[in-house]
Amino acid sequence: MPKPKVALYWAASCGGCEITVVDIEAHILDVAKAFDIVFWPCLMDFKVKDVEAIEDGGIFVTLFNGAIRNSEQEHLAKLLRRKSKVLVAFGSCAHEGCIPGLANVTNRDEIFKTVYQETASTDNPKGVLPQTKTEMPEGVLEIPEFWNKVCSLDQVVDVDYYVPGCPPQSNQVWAVLDHLIQGKPLPPKGSILGAGQKTCCDECPRVRKEKKIKRFYRTHEIVPNPEECLLDQGLLCMGPATRDGCGAKCVKVGVPCRGCYGPPPGSHDMGMKMISALSSVIDSEDPAEIERIIATIADPVGTFYRFNLAHSILYRVQEDLKEKQAVK
Amino acid sequence: MAFEPKIVGFLCNWCSYTGADLAGVSRIKWPPNVRPIRVMCSGRIDPTFVVKAFREGADGVLVSGCHPGDCHYYQGNYKALRRYHLLRRVLEQFGIHPDRLMLTWVSAAEGERWAKVTQEITERVRKLGPLHLKD
Amino acid sequence: MIKLRIDGNEVEVNAGTPLLKAAQKLNIEIPTLCHYEGIEPYAACRVCTVEVVRGRRRRMVTACNYPATDGIEVFTDNERVRRARRLNLEMLLGRCSEVPAIRALAAKYGVEKSRFGYDPKEKCILCGLCVRMCSDIVKANVLSFAYSGPRRKVVTPFEREMATDVCIACGACAHVCPTGAITIEDLSQRRGEVPEMYLGPKTAISIPFQQAVPKVPYIDPDACIKMQTGGCGICAQVCEPEAINYKMQDEVVELDVGQILVATGYQIFDASQMAQYGYGKLDNVLSALEFEKMLNSTGPTGGRVLTKNGKEPRAIGIIHCIGSRDARYHKYCSRVCCMYALKFAHLVKDRTNAEVYQFYIDMRAFGKGYEEFYSRVLDEGVNVIRGKAAEVVEATWGNEREGHLLVRCEDTLIGKFREVPVDMVVLCAAIEPNVDQERVGQIFSLSRSPDGFFLERHPKLDPMGTVNDGIYLAGCCQGPKDIPDTVAQAQGAAARILAMIAKGEVLLDPIRASIDENLCGGCKVCNNLCPYMAITFDDVKKVSVVNETLCKGCGTCVAACPAGAITGSGFTDEQIFAEIEGILADAGNK
Ligand SMILES: Cc1cc2nc3c(=O)[nH]c(=O)nc-3n(C[C@H](O)[C@H](O)[C@H](O)COP(=O)(O)OP(=O)(O)OC[C@H]3O[C@@H](n4cnc5c(N)ncnc54)[C@H](O)[C@@H]3O)c2cc1C
Ligand code: SF4
Ligand code: SF4
Ligand code: SF4
Ligand code: SF4
Ligand code: FES
Ligand code: FES
Repeated sequence: MPKPKVALYWAASCGGCEITVVDIEAHILDVAKAFDIVFWPCLMDFKVKDVEAIEDGGIFVTLFNGAIRNSEQEHLAKLLRRKSKVLVAFGSCAHEGCIPGLANVTNRDEIFKTVYQETASTDNPKGVLPQTKTEMPEGVLEIPEFWNKVCSLDQVVDVDYYVPGCPPQSNQVWAVLDHLIQGKPLPPKGSILGAGQKTCCDECPRVRKEKKIKRFYRTHEIVPNPEECLLDQGLLCMGPATRDGCGAKCVKVGVPCRGCYGPPPGSHDMGMKMISALSSVIDSEDPAEIERIIATIADPVGTFYRFNLAHSILYRVQEDLKEKQAVK
Repeated sequence: MAFEPKIVGFLCNWCSYTGADLAGVSRIKWPPNVRPIRVMCSGRIDPTFVVKAFREGADGVLVSGCHPGDCHYYQGNYKALRRYHLLRRVLEQFGIHPDRLMLTWVSAAEGERWAKVTQEITERVRKLGPLHLKD
Repeated sequence: MIKLRIDGNEVEVNAGTPLLKAAQKLNIEIPTLCHYEGIEPYAACRVCTVEVVRGRRRRMVTACNYPATDGIEVFTDNERVRRARRLNLEMLLGRCSEVPAIRALAAKYGVEKSRFGYDPKEKCILCGLCVRMCSDIVKANVLSFAYSGPRRKVVTPFEREMATDVCIACGACAHVCPTGAITIEDLSQRRGEVPEMYLGPKTAISIPFQQAVPKVPYIDPDACIKMQTGGCGICAQVCEPEAINYKMQDEVVELDVGQILVATGYQIFDASQMAQYGYGKLDNVLSALEFEKMLNSTGPTGGRVLTKNGKEPRAIGIIHCIGSRDARYHKYCSRVCCMYALKFAHLVKDRTNAEVYQFYIDMRAFGKGYEEFYSRVLDEGVNVIRGKAAEVVEATWGNEREGHLLVRCEDTLIGKFREVPVDMVVLCAAIEPNVDQERVGQIFSLSRSPDGFFLERHPKLDPMGTVNDGIYLAGCCQGPKDIPDTVAQAQGAAARILAMIAKGEVLLDPIRASIDENLCGGCKVCNNLCPYMAITFDDVKKVSVVNETLCKGCGTCVAACPAGAITGSGFTDEQIFAEIEGILADAGNK
């Protein structure tokens, strides 16, 4: 019997999710033994036409990492969807947009202006911007079109499962792969694999009190007590609003959880939930003091939506930035 | 047709909802732009509801509870107050004008005030124009 | 039991009883100086000398320590005894020539002058009562004898003048010293710190006040020698029913109750904050509560109105609204002061010949029969001056130089500035919330009105209820009021409590919060949000739990839970989302 085929693809992401697959160490041999890897451009030389040649549904599972922010990524997402029986949004970017998704508070024109014209290191006297089509003597050159917004994978194609994390922890990755290798029955469509049902706090060993916060700190501003809950100490730990499964890696070493495992099952909007929770425990009833305490949060959106913005209720506010300019 | 803002009002049961009711019973006119949703206390108002309302097409959101110190549950409105302050900053970062969200206190006896408050937010949002967040 | 005869009377006592005790049984008086009940006799002064006859043997012995034996005959006042006492007293008088107690006793025996010398300064007769008191009873071991022969004397350790590091200042030595050789000096100048007013000294064991329930004495552990040094224990020795137990400790008793009536009362405004009235500085400026205590027939003066130097005052000024109706302190009216001030005036008129001046802003005689009482007090000749007193200063009165006071004020009825000379001033200080009002409020989750008193559920329709079912208010903890109003409120609350007990069950709204233990991450964000403290943390499961009976369904925790682990029945996220979608169904389709 031929081995089931697997594919791994990398769209708008940093590549950490590819590394985490390799981080399963010797188990990678089990993967190679059990599956026929048909597409993994990061590690081996495959071409898109190889994928196009496979019959629809011919790939057993595709682990797709990265968000969708240009036309090529969309094209491959659609192609791999067609070819795969099981499509997994693998890692935070595919799951919910992750860091690339933060770009949704702005738009393409602004990004181009900054990147190609305004940064100090840019040398572009004519102010040239990327063009999708360029006429050259040799013919027309094409590059993918950059979109106004960043999408999670499931905003573009139908997704079967999600593996959260930035990146997913390798033990969880192996658990998911092992499940597939052993041919165990697949969970219901839409399930989140390789993570728990509770929050990061559940895995966190730190001692917590009833919370009362008088000011917030950034990580460089204080040396936290190693035993106590970071949030109790005023550090903006996203643990309470973040799904468990990572093993509370960050908080165990004194770094506040940034929320890469995404919202837990009861939460409709991770950032709004955190805003609600934090404001509930701010220790003041005086508007002026409340403003002062809130001012100690340097970047609320970047903190509460670091991984989840593209998948939040407000995933994107406007195609143009009229309102944003009005605010200023 | 002139722009008629759609505004969702989240009202606590004991003060603002009763106050709005009183306005009705006393035949005080207040703009139909504000569409009330009753919750037991302003402390129940999750910021998620506010963004959900914007996403569903609201141009403005009004949160109204009992006056500070008068909350039926003692302190719920202070939680609403703090959420409001933080939420304004976040809306602004997202590119939504923070004035589209208004927090106010209306007691069960303040039918007149309810009318004033609803007029105020309606005019405020009318000036800001439509938000168009519904897909 | 043995039998003996004293001055011809037969008496039966236990063998070994000192003759002094045996004589006391017959009410025969024997003079003593160095004897003190409860302290081991030492027979130093020898003024208790008596004659004992056994058969043909006659002996002079000291009655305080000589043990009774069967069949003896004792003479306490025959010529031989009197002669012996005279000699002893003459010797004592030669040593301590000006001590009143010795001079008086000697005079009783006809001794006016001593052949053995004259020393006007010496006061100690070296009886050692103080030494035994300090070492045997108090067990502080401060005092002892030093030197021998004529240089023998009582000393503190190393003869330092102040042995305050070992002396516990109980004063017992001074108390027992028969000659007044020991005095106690108050170096601290402390006023009583007891919450009750300090108007006079009290003992380590006392009945707190006459109406105390239960009416039994209690021991102040800070003042009790037994508790401080392990010594003394005299009260246990004298208490026949053996009711004294020094090991008794304050106990924390936990009771399971379903309803609570909060009646924690008030405290009185500290008038020394208003320096212009001299409270705490001038001797005869009293707070109303101190004056109330003075008027009490079981109080320290037995109900007599006396100035600090023990004289009856010629005039008393009563100043209303101290700290009440004053934007700097309390805006509210304390409500009871006008009426008790009139009561004071009435009682002063009744008990003394003093003039009484009331300095008031408005006379608020609001209750049933109160206005009538006001008229009656006016008829009794009490002076009322409308105008808030500006200050109280020290003054002279006639040719007396000290101890008098002057109240300065504007009499707004005649539009003139007045200075009224008085001997005593009573300040009607405001009724204010207790210092621990906030803490007590937190325990019962009670809100407070802007004046700091506990907030009732509704000022007209539910003046004794609170927003927490089962918790009621009565008395001044809810706001200043007099006793009739306090009692009315308390009885109303009691009736409500009984009604609930009779009913046996409570109806709860179905709007409740509940926590899904499979979703709760145990972050504790919700733990101190609940106004009813319905949320606790289960340390075993590491999740938070809602007590559904306490929860009132406000939904604060539901909104706050970052995990979305809390559901609020009746107002779930899904229900509210559906409402939002419903009322905005027409949006967007422009
Ligand atoms: C000078 C003066 C004279 C007055 N004269 C009159 C008068 O003639 N007629 C009249 O009608 N009214 C008079 N009043 C008013 C009267 O004192 C009050 O109306 C009455 O005492 C109120 O009763 P209460 O039970 O509320 O408070 P309180 O009498 O203060 O009793 C409260 C009790 O609660 C106890 N307590 C406090 N905190 C706690 C706690 N945390 N735990 C347990 N126990 C606690 C206190 O020790 C106290 O025993 C006078 C008041 C003053 C100041
Ligand atoms: S808030 Fe952060 S530090 Fe505190 S218990 Fe949760 S995960 Fe741990
Ligand atoms: S602690 Fe938070 S940020 Fe860190 S790995 Fe876990 S989920 Fe991600
Ligand atoms: S806020 Fe939510 S997750 Fe945190 S302890 Fe309470 S119920 Fe649990
Ligand atoms: S809903 Fe309100 S009353 Fe009920 S447990 Fe939560 S905070 Fe307490
Ligand atoms: S009940 Fe109205 S704000 Fe809490
Ligand atoms: S009383 Fe007996 S010797 Fe002093």
